Amino acid sequence: MNTIDGDPIAGALGQLVVDAPTGLVDRLVARWVTVPGPVGEIRVAFTDLGICYVRATGTADEFARSYRSRFDRPILPADRPPAGLLTALRTGRSRTLRFDLRGLSAFEREVLVATLRIPRGQTRPYAWVAGEIGRPRAVRAVGTALGRNPVPVLIPCHRVTRSDGDPGQYVFGAELKEALLRAEDVDLDGIRALAAQGMHYLGSDTTGIVCFPTCHHARRITAAHRRPFRNVSQASQAGYRPCRDCRPGQPVPA
Amino acid sequence: MTVTGAGPGATSAVDQLLGRLADDLDEGFVELVRGYQRPVYSVALRLTDQPCDAEDLAAEAFLRAYRALRDFDAERIARLQPRPWLMTIMLNVWRNTVRGRSRRPEQLSLGDLAELESAELDIQARTELNEQRRELARQVARLPAAQRAAVVLRHVVDLPIPEIAAAMNCPEGTVKSHISRGLRRLRANYLADGQDGPRRPAATPAPAGVPVGRRVQR
Repeated sequence: MNTIDGDPIAGALGQLVVDAPTGLVDRLVARWVTVPGPVGEIRVAFTDLGICYVRATGTADEFARSYRSRFDRPILPADRPPAGLLTALRTGRSRTLRFDLRGLSAFEREVLVATLRIPRGQTRPYAWVAGEIGRPRAVRAVGTALGRNPVPVLIPCHRVTRSDGDPGQYVFGAELKEALLRAEDVDLDGIRALAAQGMHYLGSDTTGIVCFPTCHHARRITAAHRRPFRNVSQASQAGYRPCRDCRPGQPVPA
Repeated sequence: MTVTGAGPGATSAVDQLLGRLADDLDEGFVELVRGYQRPVYSVALRLTDQPCDAEDLAAEAFLRAYRALRDFDAERIARLQPRPWLMTIMLNVWRNTVRGRSRRPEQLSLGDLAELESAELDIQARTELNEQRRELARQVARLPAAQRAAVVLRHVVDLPIPEIAAAMNCPEGTVKSHISRGLRRLRANYLADGQDGPRRPAATPAPAGVPVGRRVQR
């Protein structure tokens, strides 16, 4: 065997050592912070790609443990919250935040992206989300996907509610869902009263437009001009067209 | 913190690191990454020959290391030899995933931007040195997989033969023969134009999959 001591090749190979890219640690290790949420504090984990995990209950230890068991990745406390998080929590607008949704299926991601479009203070039925992503019959699957939402509060799955006027289930419990909606001034009692009469939509007889009851256009209709409807087909027969902002769906041909 | 070499000082640094891993896995893991990212990434870069593939490979290797560590008890961690262990994991990941990708029709590597940072040398010398390095890196990338891994582990990051044998899961004699064949092939190609390295790029890039060394006289 050749001796390789003093071999120019061996020496040159030693010069091929390079520094690792600077972000390698951040790419591997997530960070977390505790920040004030709309109702009590929430804990938020984030990676170099964006926010990846939110919990509204439990201790710091439980948070880290549940993160590790769900993602099988390391996590450590952060020095400061990720950019934009505090503003998003203050305004209830999370659309500009970056999220790291790796590990979710394409369907789950689509559901969450559609849910992110529901404005603060408004609610949509599960069927609306299914319609928005072009899978109108996947209502149950939408419910399941929202139940697995890793970033509740920030991707506002609490704004997706049952159409019978009951807010429905929530990852952190139905009570917290109701509290979150009330904190956004959603008129849950009004919606319940409407649903009790079998009415799920509101139209304005001055504009001839029909909306979800929580749509900001519907909330501006004065009592004298408010027309409740069972469904969009009934509204359509009465000469109303669906709102282009809240998109309550198209009339179903009889 | 950088952990290199295998002297007595390094051993105690390794012991400290293992102690931290046992105390607090996640904190310890950050130190593991900081301590070994340079050799791990350097090897990854030579194996894949593409900076973005190399970063993926290094990250995946560290992540698998973390997942394994979660199941280790304190005793198992205390027995760990981090460097060969990390290299073993990375060679496995490379075999299973990245190597397939990097065997696509050969792209001409534009050289590694990361290597353009040797700041103190003047431009002329730096250009020359980088050109030499790039040429050598190209030749390393053309070595057959086993020779490439052995040569890189031995001479780029300076691992001792027993650690390489552990990482490659083969006898030391096999490692030595991979290294000496790899070096012979490199020497023939790289130094073909003289001791100070070739000035012109390799005359005809070998078609993908054909080992360059076959043309070389012994």
